[in-house]
Amino acid sequence: MKNKILPFSVIIIFGIIFLIFYKGLEESKIYTPDVNTKKEIPVFNTKEFFSGENVKSSSIFELDKVYLLNIWSSWCAPCRQEHPLLMNLNLENKLNIIGMNYKDNSKNAENFLKELGNPYKEIFIDLDGTIAIEWGAYGVPESFLIYNNEIIKKYIGPLNQELVEEINLLTK
Amino acid sequence: MKYLKFFLIVIILFHLSSINAEENDKTNKITKNLRCLICQGQSVYDSDSEFANSLKIVVTKKLQEGLSEDQIYEYFKTKYGEWILYDPGLNKNTYILWLLPILIFLIGGAIIYKSFIVKK
Repeated sequence: MKNKILPFSVIIIFGIIFLIFYKGLEESKIYTPDVNTKKEIPVFNTKEFFSGENVKSSSIFELDKVYLLNIWSSWCAPCRQEHPLLMNLNLENKLNIIGMNYKDNSKNAENFLKELGNPYKEIFIDLDGTIAIEWGAYGVPESFLIYNNEIIKKYIGPLNQELVEEINLLTK
Repeated sequence: MKYLKFFLIVIILFHLSSINAEENDKTNKITKNLRCLICQGQSVYDSDSEFANSLKIVVTKKLQEGLSEDQIYEYFKTKYGEWILYDPGLNKNTYILWLLPILIFLIGGAIIYKSFIVKK
């Protein structure tokens, strides 16, 4: 009897280990960021894009208003691609679009806006990318839908027509 | 007197550089344990992407603000989730990861003990 318990338990243990690893194989290894959790927006100090004056985050985002924070840069090709959509969104929707100019050269950024238009109500600068980290962003472009100082939804990568319709639905 | 001044300056300079080196060591240690989320299989320390470079600045800033290593990990966990840490803590999602090796070790030990030592 004793001799049988040993191989039996070894088989069971290996069986359990096999099952765990097998389950692990099925799980997706691609990192999918959490885009739906409500999080409070961070508090930060920055500079205004055109005037270069110091601004506090609390003076940019007011309560009871819907904002779309868009992280953009003149060197980012997908930003160029999504820019017309932002222009449309600005015309059609009551939503306030705020721009965060990410690790950019101010002249290039100004030329970018001159060429493609300025959909932003306000723009602030993130020179070293640290404010983007405060927001939990990964890079450019990225957009955050904000209401009552809370992030309602996060859009990683460029916006497309489908997402714009979703934003229109959410902000109605 | 001149020599004394010279020595004092040298000592102060050495002291300053050692403080700097300590901070650098800590930044390196922390960034080695942070996953670069937009790279494949690289830590923030190894990567030279925009994201990783900004993260390194944030770590240095937080250290200067006086945050401890654990507080910095906690900060990044609230921003990006558990996935950003290479060395995850013990919680309901990771308990198998932590307990399985101990369990295997104990069972293996028991088997060896039973089959070799008891037989003797």
